Amino acid sequence: MKSQTSGEALANNDTAWARLKGIQAPWAWSFVGTVLVWFGIVGIFGFGIASNVAQTALTYGVFMVLVGLGQMLVITSGVGNIDLSVPSTIALAGVVGMHAMGGLNGQIGLGVAAALGVGVAVGLANYTLIRLLRIPPIIATLSSSFIIQSIAITQGRQLPPPPPALGAFATSRLLYVPYIALVALALSVALAVLLHRAVYGRRLSAIGQNPRAAWLAGVNVHRTRCLAYVLSSMIAALTALLLAATSGGASLDMGVEYMLISIAVVVIGGTLVTGGKATIVGVWGASMFLFLTNAALNAVGADAGVRSIVYGVLIIAVTVAAGGKPAR
Amino acid sequence: MTSARITFRDTQARLRALLPAISLVAVLVPILVMQPTVMSYFGSSLLLNLAVPIVLATLAQLAIITVNDLDLSIGPFVSLVACIGATLLVKQPWLGALALAACVLAYAAVGALIELRQIPSIVVTLGLSFVWSGLAIVLLPSPGGTSPGWLGTAMSYQTPFIAAPIVWSVLIAIVGHILLMRTSAGVRIRGAGGNPRAMRRFGWSLVRSKATLYGIAGVFGVLSGLSLLGLTTSADANLALRYTLLSIAAVILGGGEFVGGRVSVIGAVLGAITLTLAASFLAFLNISADWQVGMQGAILIVVLSLRVLLQRGERQ
Repeated sequence: MKSQTSGEALANNDTAWARLKGIQAPWAWSFVGTVLVWFGIVGIFGFGIASNVAQTALTYGVFMVLVGLGQMLVITSGVGNIDLSVPSTIALAGVVGMHAMGGLNGQIGLGVAAALGVGVAVGLANYTLIRLLRIPPIIATLSSSFIIQSIAITQGRQLPPPPPALGAFATSRLLYVPYIALVALALSVALAVLLHRAVYGRRLSAIGQNPRAAWLAGVNVHRTRCLAYVLSSMIAALTALLLAATSGGASLDMGVEYMLISIAVVVIGGTLVTGGKATIVGVWGASMFLFLTNAALNAVGADAGVRSIVYGVLIIAVTVAAGGKPAR
Repeated sequence: MTSARITFRDTQARLRALLPAISLVAVLVPILVMQPTVMSYFGSSLLLNLAVPIVLATLAQLAIITVNDLDLSIGPFVSLVACIGATLLVKQPWLGALALAACVLAYAAVGALIELRQIPSIVVTLGLSFVWSGLAIVLLPSPGGTSPGWLGTAMSYQTPFIAAPIVWSVLIAIVGHILLMRTSAGVRIRGAGGNPRAMRRFGWSLVRSKATLYGIAGVFGVLSGLSLLGLTTSADANLALRYTLLSIAAVILGGGEFVGGRVSVIGAVLGAITLTLAASFLAFLNISADWQVGMQGAILIVVLSLRVLLQRGERQ
């Protein structure tokens, strides 16, 4: 996040507007959008409903944040890297986690470990396919997601409900802030340290910007990229547990909508789609923005079709406005 | 010594080119052994009934992969076309036709936009997929509608001797192959994917090439949606969502590459038919429904590994 301060390095005689434009903070726009939409809700429905909506956003919007964070790591690792196996990983990790917990409070730790283990396995499998078969990540993660989905289906029968303690954790709040949001916040801080203060983050940005240059500089491209896929799947696994806990049980299709959403929040948040530059704050801003937009449209009576159209137009508009690499 | 190596290398290159056909045979032969009746006119038309819309959607995807892009919106687009066909095209044919033309133009405009702003196609088509789905839901909130009479007649047309889906697929493959591989416009368009910089220096407009290819994708998408509607006779906003991934897989199975404008129309058509048959193949094998999706993933992985093995041999 160092680049945000680069605007201040401009000469003193610059106008305020030039300074504003000099600030490299693509994530800020999603926050501006979030605030505008929220005030719109306040204006139409009053403060009471708007604060309710904000609280719901902190529960359900947080799932978008989580899957977005994982996808962000993968997308940052270079052009073409994308993880389409997020929904099936959510399905499998949810199923395995619930079986391991068996509905007992005493086995929550075991269940979390099992779900995260699923995440590690899926991430490694994905990268093995990409590396060994040299197929584009989009096809590799797609093929593996078919297989993961099938495994989840075979294991998905007679699922025990989540242990009561886990369910209570997922629905409790600390001063109006749901614990789930705090979990996501803790994870975001950890990832921020990893990306901006640790060597791994530098390596990830380097391979995202130019894998060959990074390789020549001595970065182990494959290990770095592999870890991004593993982290993405582990975060998806964590999301699965929280989703199952919030909704009172794991289901096989609970992750379906997150495949496209995870990519959308990363892009709208201002992470470079071509890789090399991630913004965690942007993922939060974009998730809250999309969730609130959805809620506002819902509240004014727009049906699912209109909401979907607005989502799509937003994604396209943000991408077009951000532009890409200049033509060489 | 060298000549032996060259023939070996030649064989491998040829094997690789034949891989789409080989994988089709690998799926087809076990089906024929298990169910010989598949060979009959009726059996083959039943088995390949749904192949035509998949083949058309695959060619739409192929047009976009030719310029190194990827279309994540073709499935929702095909669904939208089917919804337009089942509602507007029946009640107000002119409005329906106009809507379909507008869809194709929208596709072309998106292609131009992607090139002008140099933005990633994956994200833009991801956004488009939300738009198409949304429009389809607005048009047809719950499954239903009817297929226009002429469409049903066209899709149930009985060709002599060989079942209609096979005839259509072969025709589409030949026409597509000639247009893309044998005409100068086709070469120019493939050049936009193979070496965009060279094309720009030659003075060809990349924006126009991309708009053209996206427009072509739109046309194939419309054809796919209409043929699907003709077969199912009613539409649903989620009718063809799986076509997105199916079409990408079929192009890759058919020997297409993600970069460099290396695609094969005939290969892609074979790939689409292979994937259509794979589902029946797994059903004939009595594989439990749980594993059907997984086996499709496995088939994809096996074929791609074979390709990598052959490629590696070529390089040595």
